[in-house]
Amino acid sequence: MEEATITILNKLGIHVRPAALIVQLASKFESEIKLNKDGVEVDAKSIMGVMMLAAGMGSKLKITAEGRDEKEAVAALGDLVEAKFNEE
Amino acid sequence: MRNERRIGGIGVSPGVAIGKAFLLGVDELKAPPVKIPLHKVEDEIKGFRRALSQAKRELARLRDDSQGEVEGIFGAHLMMLEDPVFLREIEKEVREKRLSVAHIFGERIEEVISHLGGLEDEHFRGRVADIRDVGTRVMAHLLGTEREVLAYLQEEVIVVAHDLSPSDTAQMRKERVIGFVTELGGRTSHTAIMARSLEIPAVVGASRICGEVNPGDMLVVDGQTGRVILRPSPTTLKEYRQVKARLKRFEKTLSRLRDLPAVTPDGRRVELSANIEAPEEAEEIRRKGGYGTGLFRTEYLFMRATLPGEDEQFEVYSQVVRSCGDCPVIIRTVDLGGDKFVSHFRVPREVNPFLGRRGIRLCLQNRGFFKIQLRAILRASALGRVGIMFPMVSGVGEVREAKGVVEEAKQELRGQGIEFDEGIQVGIMVEVPSAAILADLLAPEVNFFSIGTNDLTQYCLAVDRVNPNVSYLYEPLHPAVLKLINQVVEAGHRQGIWVGLCGELGADPAAAVALLGMGLDELSVSPMAIPQIKLVIRGTAYSLAQRVAKEVLAITTPQGIREYLEGLLKNNFPQLNPVHHG
Repeated sequence: MEEATITILNKLGIHVRPAALIVQLASKFESEIKLNKDGVEVDAKSIMGVMMLAAGMGSKLKITAEGRDEKEAVAALGDLVEAKFNEE
Repeated sequence: MRNERRIGGIGVSPGVAIGKAFLLGVDELKAPPVKIPLHKVEDEIKGFRRALSQAKRELARLRDDSQGEVEGIFGAHLMMLEDPVFLREIEKEVREKRLSVAHIFGERIEEVISHLGGLEDEHFRGRVADIRDVGTRVMAHLLGTEREVLAYLQEEVIVVAHDLSPSDTAQMRKERVIGFVTELGGRTSHTAIMARSLEIPAVVGASRICGEVNPGDMLVVDGQTGRVILRPSPTTLKEYRQVKARLKRFEKTLSRLRDLPAVTPDGRRVELSANIEAPEEAEEIRRKGGYGTGLFRTEYLFMRATLPGEDEQFEVYSQVVRSCGDCPVIIRTVDLGGDKFVSHFRVPREVNPFLGRRGIRLCLQNRGFFKIQLRAILRASALGRVGIMFPMVSGVGEVREAKGVVEEAKQELRGQGIEFDEGIQVGIMVEVPSAAILADLLAPEVNFFSIGTNDLTQYCLAVDRVNPNVSYLYEPLHPAVLKLINQVVEAGHRQGIWVGLCGELGADPAAAVALLGMGLDELSVSPMAIPQIKLVIRGTAYSLAQRVAKEVLAITTPQGIREYLEGLLKNNFPQLNPVHHG
């Protein structure tokens, strides 16, 4: 299992568009990917789940992945968040 | 047939609309829990998948017809309908509970909505409309009662809804819609901004109207006064048809003024600017023929769970500055406290919040927070003509202290090599009586004054205007308030600074003549009031206005002043009359 903790940096947090980007990216991987914020865990391939996290700017998110491509999945999602979803 | 009924709301886009009500469903997400026999469960699931693919086809079409931001929104809606986890859970529940999918789907969507709607962060609350949108679209197919789609309207209608979402307005056949009425919303909600850009009348905040209106009912919508009349009597109808015709002629006159300056026949020029609070409103200023932004309120940025950082604030301020081109933009530093709740500063409950820690007081007690806003404003000043304005100043000490923080912010930016306008103007709101009385001492400290008549009136007269027991005493045309205004203008001019006014009084055409005569250099009003005030300025000689101001200052009662000014207006601008009616 691979995991990483990241901080949401873009000003509006994970609103609709970033949620969509996360799901699109996560869905490209075979691994099972979960996002955890303050103890609430959701499937990174579910846009409803990701939006329910309501992760605002500054909140910490734990990404865990389990599967053949777990390393790549965590790295790719971390990059997306770090690049502020290419919004700013 | 039921009787005429009047409902009050907030007029957010002027004009009168008379027509049939088109009621957008309110409770589309509620479906009764219908038990499904075991052998029908798989059919129920198939029906669900069919409804999903119909909804997806509609969304794909909407997405392909739109661009940019909106395109992205519909794309995300599509993803919600393809969410494997969400859909799997719903199907599982249908199989386990053997209840109709409409009921379960509706409940799940409501769950997401109430979760997001309960959050403090405005951006997430805003997602609720998106999810409701997707949910109702699927529900319409599930229940087979697809709501009459706005895209196929055959006759002219007034759209009545609990709230309007961007996808409602995007697919509307706009030429058929002659007015909006919604239960939710304020001056800067989506419905209001959309109505003003379509130039159709709209009333928002008309609570419980959906329960009162039947589809096809006749409606009168008065977007000026915020009044909605259901099933108007023949007399009312006749009256409003006349009002509408007069308004139409009047609008025509006003629109001819759009590109002309606000200058009196004898050459006195006034800067006619606008008060705004959402950056999108800056576009409206030019459309209405206004000059710059006389007051950009920044409170809305801070009314949420996480404070905006410097970059986010900079983006918002820059958007306004860019929209205003080379016209000035006065940004007011945040005026929290008073009636604007702030959870970030652990302000203990104050017995008298309007006399408490609000405006500049709160900022000076939270320097770090204040400086972030000042840095953001300073950075935006590199892009145009920006002014900084402090609210709730009561004396010289506060101005000096606040200017000290501006200096610190400038130093920091210089040190970091970040550009800003070195000559940026710094001014104050004059709204606390002590500031008005001390105007001659404050003037040397600043580049401008802007008189805030709403607070000045309430503080000067010791009247809380939302208190129904005393609200009859709230009158900005009170001799004491006018004397203060006049004194502030004189003091400012003696010291060579410009003096503006950004309270609601400036949007009152009767008062505008007297204000013009007192020598105000700038009037800042809501974008929608710009045309009528421009008409008054262009039609009143400055010499006459000066005489009027002098006379007004000699009248002893508020009633006397109002009668005098309204009589004058009626005489000189009879065409302004249709705006105010029974």
